[in-house]
Amino acid sequence: MASEDALISLGRYLRRGEVSEDLRRLYLEGGRGGDSFYRDRWSHDKVVRSTHGVNCTGSCSWKVYVKDGIITWETQQTDYPSVGPDSPEYEPRGCPRGAAFSWYTYSPTRVRYPYVRGALLEAYRAARRQGNDPVEAWAELTADPVTADAYKRARGKGGLVRASWEEAAEIVAAAHVHTIRKYGPDRVAGFSPIPAMSMVSHGVGARFVQLLGGTMLSFYDWYADLPVASPQVFGDQTDVPESADWWNAAYLIMWGSNVPVTRTPDAHFMTEARYRGQKVVVVSPDYADNTKFADAWLAPQPGTDGALALAMGHVILREYLVDQRTERFERYLKQYSDSPFLVRLEPAPRSSAGSEHAGTYVPGKFLTAADLADDVLPGAADEANPHFKPVLLDSDGRPVVPNGTLGHRYGEADEGRWNLDLGDVDPALSIADAASVEPVEAATVALPRFDVVPGDPAGRPDGPGSPGGTGDLHTGGKGVVVRGVPVRRVGGHLVTTVFDLMLAQYGVARPGLPGEWPDGYDDPAPGTPAWQEEITGVPAAAAARIGREFAQNAVDSGGRSMIIMGAGTNHWFHSDTIYRAFLALTTMTGCQGVNGGGWAHYVGQEKCRPVTGWAQYAGGLDWVRPPRQMIGTAFWYLATDQWRYDGLPADTLASPLAPGTFAGRTTADTLVDSAQRGWMPSYPTFDRNPLDLADEARAAGRKPAEHVVDELKAGRLRFAVEDPDDPANFPRVLTVWRANILGSSGKGNEYFLKHLLGTDSAVFAEESAPDRRPRSMTWREEAPRGKLDLLVTMDFRMTSTTLFSDVVLPAATWYEKHDLSSTDMHPFVHAFNPAIDPPWQTRTDFAAFHAIARKISAMAVHHLGVRHDVVASPLAHDTPDEMAVPHGTLTDADVPFRERHLVPGSNLPKIVEVERDYPAFAARMSALGPLTEGAGMVTKGVSFSPGDEVRRLGEINGLVPDGPAAGRPRLDRDTHVCEAILALSGTTNGRLSVQGFEHLERRTGRPLADLARGEEGRRITFADVQARPTPVITSPEWSGSEHGGRRYSAFVVNVERLKPWHTLTGRQHFYLDHDWLVELGEQLPVYRPPLDLHRLFPDSPALRSGGSRTEQAGTTEAEVVVRYLTPHSKWSIHSEYQDNLFMLSLSRGGPNIWMSPADAARIGVVDNEWVEAVNRNGVVVARAVVSHRMPEGTVYMHHATDRTVDVPIAEASGLRGGIHNSLTRILLKPSHLAGGYAQLSYAFNYLGPTGNQRDEVTVVRRRSQEVRYS
Amino acid sequence: MKVMAQMSMVMNLDKCIGCHTCSVTCKQAWTNRSGTEYVWFNNVETRPGLGYPRTYQDQDTWQGGWVRTGRGKLKLRAGGRLKKLATIFANPKMPSIQDYYEPWTYEYDMLLSAPQGAHTPVARPRSLLTGKDMNIEWSANWDDNLAGSTATMQDDPILKHMSEHVAEELEQTFMFYLPRICEHCLNPSCVASCPSGAMYKRTEDGIVLVDQEACRGWRMCITGCPYKKVYFNHKTGKAEKCTLCYPRIEVGLPTVCSETCVGRLRYLGLVLYDADRVSEAAAVEDEHDLLAAQRAVFLDPNDPEVIAAARSEGIPEDWIDAAQASPIWRLINDYEVALPLHPEYRTLPMVWYIPPLSPVVDVVASSGNDGEDPRTLFAAISQLRIPLEYLAGLFTAGDTRPVEKVLRRLAAMRSYMRDVNLGNAPNEDAAGAVGMTGTQIEEMYRLLAIAKYQDRY
Repeated sequence: MASEDALISLGRYLRRGEVSEDLRRLYLEGGRGGDSFYRDRWSHDKVVRSTHGVNCTGSCSWKVYVKDGIITWETQQTDYPSVGPDSPEYEPRGCPRGAAFSWYTYSPTRVRYPYVRGALLEAYRAARRQGNDPVEAWAELTADPVTADAYKRARGKGGLVRASWEEAAEIVAAAHVHTIRKYGPDRVAGFSPIPAMSMVSHGVGARFVQLLGGTMLSFYDWYADLPVASPQVFGDQTDVPESADWWNAAYLIMWGSNVPVTRTPDAHFMTEARYRGQKVVVVSPDYADNTKFADAWLAPQPGTDGALALAMGHVILREYLVDQRTERFERYLKQYSDSPFLVRLEPAPRSSAGSEHAGTYVPGKFLTAADLADDVLPGAADEANPHFKPVLLDSDGRPVVPNGTLGHRYGEADEGRWNLDLGDVDPALSIADAASVEPVEAATVALPRFDVVPGDPAGRPDGPGSPGGTGDLHTGGKGVVVRGVPVRRVGGHLVTTVFDLMLAQYGVARPGLPGEWPDGYDDPAPGTPAWQEEITGVPAAAAARIGREFAQNAVDSGGRSMIIMGAGTNHWFHSDTIYRAFLALTTMTGCQGVNGGGWAHYVGQEKCRPVTGWAQYAGGLDWVRPPRQMIGTAFWYLATDQWRYDGLPADTLASPLAPGTFAGRTTADTLVDSAQRGWMPSYPTFDRNPLDLADEARAAGRKPAEHVVDELKAGRLRFAVEDPDDPANFPRVLTVWRANILGSSGKGNEYFLKHLLGTDSAVFAEESAPDRRPRSMTWREEAPRGKLDLLVTMDFRMTSTTLFSDVVLPAATWYEKHDLSSTDMHPFVHAFNPAIDPPWQTRTDFAAFHAIARKISAMAVHHLGVRHDVVASPLAHDTPDEMAVPHGTLTDADVPFRERHLVPGSNLPKIVEVERDYPAFAARMSALGPLTEGAGMVTKGVSFSPGDEVRRLGEINGLVPDGPAAGRPRLDRDTHVCEAILALSGTTNGRLSVQGFEHLERRTGRPLADLARGEEGRRITFADVQARPTPVITSPEWSGSEHGGRRYSAFVVNVERLKPWHTLTGRQHFYLDHDWLVELGEQLPVYRPPLDLHRLFPDSPALRSGGSRTEQAGTTEAEVVVRYLTPHSKWSIHSEYQDNLFMLSLSRGGPNIWMSPADAARIGVVDNEWVEAVNRNGVVVARAVVSHRMPEGTVYMHHATDRTVDVPIAEASGLRGGIHNSLTRILLKPSHLAGGYAQLSYAFNYLGPTGNQRDEVTVVRRRSQEVRYS
Repeated sequence: MKVMAQMSMVMNLDKCIGCHTCSVTCKQAWTNRSGTEYVWFNNVETRPGLGYPRTYQDQDTWQGGWVRTGRGKLKLRAGGRLKKLATIFANPKMPSIQDYYEPWTYEYDMLLSAPQGAHTPVARPRSLLTGKDMNIEWSANWDDNLAGSTATMQDDPILKHMSEHVAEELEQTFMFYLPRICEHCLNPSCVASCPSGAMYKRTEDGIVLVDQEACRGWRMCITGCPYKKVYFNHKTGKAEKCTLCYPRIEVGLPTVCSETCVGRLRYLGLVLYDADRVSEAAAVEDEHDLLAAQRAVFLDPNDPEVIAAARSEGIPEDWIDAAQASPIWRLINDYEVALPLHPEYRTLPMVWYIPPLSPVVDVVASSGNDGEDPRTLFAAISQLRIPLEYLAGLFTAGDTRPVEKVLRRLAAMRSYMRDVNLGNAPNEDAAGAVGMTGTQIEEMYRLLAIAKYQDRY
């Protein structure tokens, strides 16, 4: 023993210390003197507040540590204002990705200098050497097919060479000037998403594009993050509770939203709320990370969530609104939903429904004041906007137009009546509720269903495969169910209520009604728990139980039942129907507009809280209105020629009861129609330079709008959408910043490479055969390649987008600039600040755009001058435009476009002429223009007059001394812009908030301004938000209230202050009656299964039937066909961070495809082996991650897996493997293109076709394990 | 009684979301340098899984910690000091770099500098040890979220020791996360293993450190530590380990891993203990008694006798205050919801864990009764997705009773607070059923759920 202990005893003498008696422990006094090694490492010169402008909803405030002028690391700030004594706090918001950011600063993937593609730079220099000025040089090299082809083919194949900022900026400027002059400013496009994540960086580029007259592309819809159901139901883009409000929920369903991964900084509110007794339910097909926290886990088949939600709704309607009327629910539905409104029933169309449905009806349009004579609806004749005043029955049986409808929103006559005050009216929820002298009649209505096996129109449940069952090879067939509703005749119209139709749709029987009804929850008729079990695989009893609990909790807690819904359910083609089924649950239980209740959609939804100021700046609205803002999905669909491969007949999506509007048309034709009608924006607009159009009009002595109509009618002018492959209609110059479209969001990535860029691609699909081509578009035999003349990207790291770009400009990181950040997840605005100056030759986006702008202005003096521009502007939401199409009924649907009576602003876009002073462009960029105070600012229909603010900005920022913007407030520094955004928004300026509320008070006749009056004197400045995250002021820009320190929850103001939603009825809508929604059979929430891609596109692989388990064990096949899902990754925020060494070291070090053991075994793949996933759209190479947490038949490749790190050459293509979106393609849903009517009217990022990508299937094979990289 | 102070941590695994922020902020602050590329003082492992380094918990292989001799004394499992001295120049029993992982980087510069060629440039992986191209086959966190479960899960040392079979089936899936730092043990086997006297336990706060000047690189500490939380810096040739961020602790800041934990699940605090009873507690015969034995070593900071003894040991007054305010004492000794990690290693570890609740198993596959209804929850604890036996294998040397007790208390808290949440009269019986009062439940709730910054640290 003694000798054994000698060793440690010896140690005693090495340093003064104390050894325990048994000599097992050595104690030493640490103290400040000891162990300087680690103390030295933990030392720094300063700590700077900044954040990450990455596309997540985090908006976390960080401490950035700097030592010796070098950024060392970062940790989270913990100084958020308190949530209150009885709630967890926000601190410390942040996630591992953010914590790894500083790696980028000095990493070898950092872009340090400007780069230009070698082939292009040589050609440009050669053209310059020949004596051309920059614009001429650009014109020459792009006009030469050999030269142009050479540099376009070189895209994405290395060969980037360094250039000076001077030269790179000159090339970019010359390309812009030439394109504007030759093709038109709307051929210049910009792409940069999510302003909230760095408002100035986004805004400066958007302003650059808009002041040129260029096209800014939307992102929210393009990302498929926009839930189209939100404008459909709420008339709002998306408004949701902040994360701290989860704490207030007593029942929480996380539905397709993996909160720990995708809302990492906020997940703790969920874990902590459980300790308050909150019940947590997870709905996810795999054992997602959040399942760990769930009290119950439901695992539906991917994409079938709508059926589960409908069945839950079935149970709630049955138990809480029919068997007994829950008082709270009933009262809520009467006041805040369209439930009591009357819908006209029309005879079922004979052609489609056949004689079987003779004597049945289909739900048609809302009954409005315009449909009724004075004797039926007293005063009807005097109503303003009568087509937009829907009618309900009072309990005494009288038809009534309640306050608050769309018709009350505009015009002098109804000022003060746009509110939800029902007065003495007690709406009848059901026709059967209203007093009537006659006995209540009943009628049968035919309702569509889309869950049957194709070719079995009756949808018999006893067919060869059960309807929509997971065992079926094909899904999405159409059928009809016939159910009865109570009806009445009002003014000669046969009507029922939306509520009655809901009960029919959900299959909730009431005594005495005709039609086919389920016998109970166990009867697999559409709508029941048993029905959904066949579709989703979720046990019927579990669905019923969760539905019941959700409702009972709403009763017990006063509406504190919440659904967090995410991309897992939102990125499907038919997500609008899935979400409407979810929203029906939160509305029918009275949870919407209640703290702790309602929907909580967190997908790409980042709330730019100071939205009004940002919009002024980014839109260039202070100088020129309107801006050109384009629906991104349609832009890319056309620009990348994905339309040539699509050819999806629109009537394959139509209802079996459809009137036939879509007959013979593809979905691309519906896009053309929508653009021509001004329902959706369309840029480039015409097949002519809009500057030339203005000149022509002037020469012809016609007003621009008249000239455009003349030319269209004469057939001399066409919409560019009709012929996207005409070189005159190509987008020519694209600038991408704060984004990685080619490595991330670019659905149909390989089509981008092939047609937009003109380089190698792995497109395997054939173009549409003649019988599937859009009839309203010109088909050019030879598909263009390399439409784009110039792709410019600003970034601090190398991505697929920089790899394929012609010019790469080195950007400052988020730790190297000033900016603003906000989110929907917390009610604060906070700052970016430079911890160091931009290193090497990097520049902030702000500095880069201004440098290019100065060059453009200089070149413009000679090449452009002052021009006029004809802008075609869509019919806009929250303006009287939304009354352009009464009832959403098309009266000229069958009339060929050129034969219509074309009226701009009615069945044509609005045509507006604006001035473009190109030589003054740079000066205007850097000063606040006069329209801000001159014409005012409008957000969501609320007007602001910021005269005082503009004067004050002039004092804070200083005034421009001379030049074209002399006397205007300066915006030539990023901090100036931060001040301007804060000064010009109600959320950050109490005076404007009060002013906006007072404006709303006049319209609504309801008190509102008290919500902000206490903060009228508050002006949040940039210095405030630099010091600490600063809570915002309650403002009419949003629908919730932070008043008195409460947590933000959407629609609280609507519910508590009776302010209408921005919809037709002014209420939340279950029912939609636009012609195109009727055509699709989506008037009501309905289940639509994932697209059966093999049936719709024969070149898409066929999913196997469900019988695979019966195969013999041990047999392996070459390939397996699986559903291909791209959920968000734990190790990246989109493609950001996935190349980060820390994230790669903590994961698998490269691209992965997660698959189930069964699928892996089928193709003989073991964990970490290389596989290829191939379909018509492309190929990806990745390593397999085999895990039993995955369901059979579905693989995951995490969203935005780029091709930059450890991607070998694919066997299938012989090219570098693709990105996750190499397997996807754009598909358009016509309901997203419907417009011109009430809440179905366009607003930027509010409405538009989504770039959905969840319905895709792919072949997965084991490939050779000998991979090569070149 | 010899009163000493120990800086300790409790992690509430029931709140851990497995995000690894702690790992990244720790790595950035401490081991983001050459020689320690593979080193994560803080790591988070998915359970079931192999851990980092692989299978470190299998002491039959790795020989860490203490064993009790027939005479009731402790000796290092890897052998006594004489053996160590005799084999001092031999390779100690320690994981190879492959058991951690071979650190790598990528040829990132090719993305910018690749010349014009036939293909899109790519960054290939390259070993940080050899500088050569490599295939990535293991990482610091390879089996995160059950990745590759079919290939590795059954090698989890805890699963191997369970009587119950855990199948790799979707319907049966469970997982949770185990963040780990150095345990700063009261009876550290690493310190006892060091031939150079370079490892020591700080007298004032119990933090276990390696004196970088004294370390001679024998690496016996790596063998000795059963948690494998001492690492070898292959550049300096010295051992390095988690320092409990003493440069921050000394100035009143929480450790980096604690403050940056967005799950808000880490608690830091001082615990007073009786150093005279450490050896005895670590050597109790029955492994199942180790939990109680270690709890008994801790001293009630409000006990006047303890306070007096502490003062006589020269422990400053503000340290005594800190011990009284410490959340650690409450979680370990008042509420008894925190448990030590692998008490059977007999090191008396000082980072404790609240085990995770988990959903009942059957809802996915069948209709299920509402096992999570608070009224029936107690009966359902035994049906939770995470087998009690698995948790017991981690925290109680296999004894399921203490784990079940903790989970019942957490469940009772949820049940009790639901009534409060809904405005109903709280149910004192729910508290009484788990041996607590409603007031205690509410206090525990505030500490676990509201968990303000000043209450966590």
